[in-house]
Amino acid sequence: MHKKTGAGTTLGLGTLRFVLFSGMMLCGFLSTAAQDRIKIELNMGQERPRIAAPDFKTANADPQSGPLATVFNQTLWNDLDNAGIFDMVAKSFYPSQTPSQPSELNAKVWGDPPPNAGVLTFGNVGVNSGKVDVQGWLYDVKNQGAPQILGKQYREDATPDNARLIAHRFADEIIARLGSGIPGIAESQIYFVSTRTGNKEIWSMDYDGANQKQLTKLGSIALSPRISPDGSRLAYSGLTKDSWQIMMYSLDLGRTVAFPHNGGDNFSPAWSSDGTKIAFSSSMHSGLSEIFIADASGSGARRLSTGKGDVSPVFNPKTNGQIAWVSGRTGLPQIYVMDADGSNVQKMTDQGYAVSPAWSPNGLLLAFAWVRNYGPGVLGGQDIYLMDIASRQIVQLTHDGGRNDFPSWSPDGRHIVFQSNRSGTEQIWSVLADGTHLQQLTRQGRNSQPNWSFK
Amino acid sequence: MNNSKSIRIVVLGVLVLLAVASGCKKKETAPPPPPPPKAPTATLSANPSSIQRGQSATLTWSTENATDVALDGNKVDPSGTQTVSPTQTTTYHLTAKGAGGTQDATAQVAVTAPPTPTPTPAPTPPPVTDDQLFAQMVKDIYFDYDKADLRPDSQQALAQAAQIIKQKGWRVQIEGNCDERGSTEYNLALGERRADAAKQALIQGGVGADALKTISYGKEKPVCNEANEDCWQKNRHDHFSLLH
Repeated sequence: MHKKTGAGTTLGLGTLRFVLFSGMMLCGFLSTAAQDRIKIELNMGQERPRIAAPDFKTANADPQSGPLATVFNQTLWNDLDNAGIFDMVAKSFYPSQTPSQPSELNAKVWGDPPPNAGVLTFGNVGVNSGKVDVQGWLYDVKNQGAPQILGKQYREDATPDNARLIAHRFADEIIARLGSGIPGIAESQIYFVSTRTGNKEIWSMDYDGANQKQLTKLGSIALSPRISPDGSRLAYSGLTKDSWQIMMYSLDLGRTVAFPHNGGDNFSPAWSSDGTKIAFSSSMHSGLSEIFIADASGSGARRLSTGKGDVSPVFNPKTNGQIAWVSGRTGLPQIYVMDADGSNVQKMTDQGYAVSPAWSPNGLLLAFAWVRNYGPGVLGGQDIYLMDIASRQIVQLTHDGGRNDFPSWSPDGRHIVFQSNRSGTEQIWSVLADGTHLQQLTRQGRNSQPNWSFK
Repeated sequence: MNNSKSIRIVVLGVLVLLAVASGCKKKETAPPPPPPPKAPTATLSANPSSIQRGQSATLTWSTENATDVALDGNKVDPSGTQTVSPTQTTTYHLTAKGAGGTQDATAQVAVTAPPTPTPTPAPTPPPVTDDQLFAQMVKDIYFDYDKADLRPDSQQALAQAAQIIKQKGWRVQIEGNCDERGSTEYNLALGERRADAAKQALIQGGVGADALKTISYGKEKPVCNEANEDCWQKNRHDHFSLLH
């Protein structure tokens, strides 16, 4: 942590410390009872659970068992690795014999060096008459008695999608047990805009980029997807013949459903975390974009802000009592916060070009996109930053990677998904809130404006 | 192992027999005199054999039994290809010389004049439609980066445009646009301000607010797709459409 390998590295570590500190606060406030454990688990180094996850064995000779076990094993490993709360024991340290059920477990060889694991997950995958059966266990192998922490059985139709789904569910069980009770995100979804049909439509994917599917078929331009807290409806901005309107896609019905239109242009919707309100930007009142709030049905729209060029509202999901948004009222866009009745306006940034605020699930942090040192001849990138709202301290999350925008928090507050053109075209990337585990989730067409589901 | 060894023995035996057989054959005939050198052959073709001026053709040739091959006097490989673009009809001449003599071949590339474009008759000016008049009189206006303030020339242009819009009783849609650098959502708001700036200027010029509708396309409908200031400037504009 304090090792110096050069000036740049020292700076980087300082940044990392701040983020981890924020992370501790972030989870610490969720439950005071769990605070001590959380601090340990979000701390660095040996205090993170050290988990061994040998491949689950195939339980029978059905020809589907092997391929489905492969899908399951890759998905489970990635989910645990992505969770950001484990030290993954390198597979080269594993003993030659791995158990497929508890009777085969020799806990000592896993708990002792070289694996030196704290916990071990193992199990088996079999296919029986068209169904895939998975048995999975989690054991505390450091403990003398090696107690079982978890034992689960799953049975679904034997398809690769279901093998992935079962792995996600089992990973979420493990993460919930070892991650201080904060549910895992392996079953969460990310909604985004993609050009791959030729025009911008809303798509969805699993949190790890698998299973990408087109949702809307608007045929013009669809922007700014925002999933409802219960995951049943998706609000977005759609271009009609003569204006932008907030539109509503039903995940249950698989189509866009009726939603009231307003005068002027209406875009950038946002849900309150209780699902009862929608905030959005509209020019219906003055011809300029202002922040409005309406019932989830779209009725009863009231104006909250009176600035010029107000967009991108987002509720404080912890209280729904505040809204952060972007305004160009003083020139270049900056981040503002106001109470949900429009009072108590505070300017949160006062330099550069700051857009796309995203409020962390615990209400304590704002992620946003920022060209920090903006000016003629300054060609710095646009990066994702995190602000601790109470102290207004800011840390930089992405570095030197082109234009980054539209951060969105994972339900557990440990990950951020965002768009970046660092690969040459706009694509969706995810990263842990401590800046590690950067990964590209989309590759086909241009993809933008990711929005992570509430759960 | 045993099989391959026995095969090897058999093969060896056959070779010995052959050697003995050929060695016993008595050479009775004297070596024949060397054959007379063969006459060289040459072919040359042009593809296509007829081109329009400015186009090119490929010459392909091949020879046999030649030691000295020339195309129009220039030494070339015994066989090969060459691209030519003669400006007039040309006959190419291949010469292949060898111990057995000389052989010629020719190929012609005919060159024709390119067709002269038939002059289109000067269009008789049709009666000026409202759309044409609108396009002449109500032109796009341009903005500085992240700004929605009208430039002085835009203010002048809009004052003139207001006159004809008012006079003709037109209804106009003003479309605000931004370059690609800003953020998607903020650019929609910026485009709104750009459209509204033109709307206010037209209202000031006497056009009724009811005759004017605004929409922002943000950066969603660029007219130019390169990442340079020329292109960005083209995209930072208000476009005007006549509503029917």
